[in-house]
Amino acid sequence: MNLLADALAWIFSPDRLSGSSPLPLAIVQHLFYTFLAVLIAAAIAIPLGYYIGHTGRGRNIAIGVSGAARAIPSFGLILLLILVIGVTQKPLAATIAFVLLGIPSILAGAYAGLEAVDRRVIDAARAVGMTEWQILFKVEIPLGLPLLIGGIRAGALQIVATVVLAAYATLGGVGTYIIKGIATRRFDEILGAAIVIVALALVLDGLFALLQHVVVPRGVTAGRPKELRTSSSRRRAVVESPTG
Amino acid sequence: MIEFRAVSKEFPDGTVAVDNFSLVIPSRKTTVLVGSSGSGKTTLLRMINRMVEPSSGAIEIDGESILDRNPVHLRRSIGYVMQNSGLLPHFKVIDNVATVPVLNGVPRKLAREQALELLDTVGLDRSVANRYPSQLSGGQQQRVGVARGLAANPNILLMDEPFGAVDPIVRAELQQETIRLQRDLDKTIVFVTHDIDEAFLLGDQVVILEKGAKIAQIGSPTEITENPANEFVANFIGVQHGKRALSIKKTKTGSVLVDSQGRAQGVLVDGAAT
Repeated sequence: MNLLADALAWIFSPDRLSGSSPLPLAIVQHLFYTFLAVLIAAAIAIPLGYYIGHTGRGRNIAIGVSGAARAIPSFGLILLLILVIGVTQKPLAATIAFVLLGIPSILAGAYAGLEAVDRRVIDAARAVGMTEWQILFKVEIPLGLPLLIGGIRAGALQIVATVVLAAYATLGGVGTYIIKGIATRRFDEILGAAIVIVALALVLDGLFALLQHVVVPRGVTAGRPKELRTSSSRRRAVVESPTG
Repeated sequence: MIEFRAVSKEFPDGTVAVDNFSLVIPSRKTTVLVGSSGSGKTTLLRMINRMVEPSSGAIEIDGESILDRNPVHLRRSIGYVMQNSGLLPHFKVIDNVATVPVLNGVPRKLAREQALELLDTVGLDRSVANRYPSQLSGGQQQRVGVARGLAANPNILLMDEPFGAVDPIVRAELQQETIRLQRDLDKTIVFVTHDIDEAFLLGDQVVILEKGAKIAQIGSPTEITENPANEFVANFIGVQHGKRALSIKKTKTGSVLVDSQGRAQGVLVDGAAT
């Protein structure tokens, strides 16, 4: 318990606001890399996932690749990319690694969201004369949004946890303290930084949970017991996305 | 007038759903395609709005081949009502009804006003306009589905087992409503069902289909009942053993009609039917 108290004392110490690496700056760096990676991953994975979900083409490849990508050790990937791209390009190498880690969850969320839409609803939309684009934008995307947000949520959590490793590439972020702490055997610093990262992850998860709640299309919630929906959308996001 | 000429449909898995089918569907009448599952009746219906493309043969609407028409525009010009209503769950009732006019570029406000009138037409209270489909009963959803089918004021209305999923009392109500709509609106209705009673109730022309969309008999309900073309038809409509095989039983007070089980189905009255 002493260690925990020390860690909390470390976090709230006035020293964290000054010095060469103040904590608020580290948090901002951390979130910057997280959001950058989530944005790029989403820009790649969402269109791809929608293509797969709408046409049904390439589904098996996507499941295989994204399943395999989840198993890639993130630290190894960062080091490998730094070696491949060059030691002068560390930020680029690290960002690419984070993006690659975020893609599988978001991809799975995007195509699972589209696949979860009732086939009869899509058939009816086509039969009344919607074009394929109209089916995608007016029917499939709105109805698949909760699962997509679930996928982004899972991807963002993975990235926010992995950005700790950015410090190995001397890019800053909260991981800096952990690496420094290990070198100097300052356990209060290690644990304190870990707690900050956990808090960041929990806050992000909470925000996404809220967002997921908000984007469920109105008619889909109406007339259904409230509890059923929240539990099912969460369970889908967590359980369904890894298996695709 | 819708005309099928030597239409066949073979699905990629090798199933021949429709084999050399020809039929003329007259305008402003209700034509019912009736048959058991596997008779290709739904495939035939979905060929009319190009939801299914024929493998060979020609389909014409008023002499114009539908294969020359853009499928999306064709579908918007034909009303379509399906089983389980097929409503968009995230659209309010009013916007579901207004879907096709909005797609056609009618301003949303005007489309909604017309949609409200259509709710009246199909016998729904205007208060349901702002609800979502999941908040409606099955019968109400089906009425909304009919209203959506009518929204672009199409000449042709395709109905694919529209009342298959509602309970018998509501189904009877909706059937009467369909007869009333047909009388008031004068549409060409093509109706698919597996229920011969429904077919005889609604159809001006009834087409009884065997496997592979082979036509067993075409005619008015009266013609088919009076003169079934073969044993398949007789069995299907139940004039041999079923509920239409009635015999007269003399009683002290008059004559009653009994079915093959001996249960009274009606009373014989004097005077010719009109």
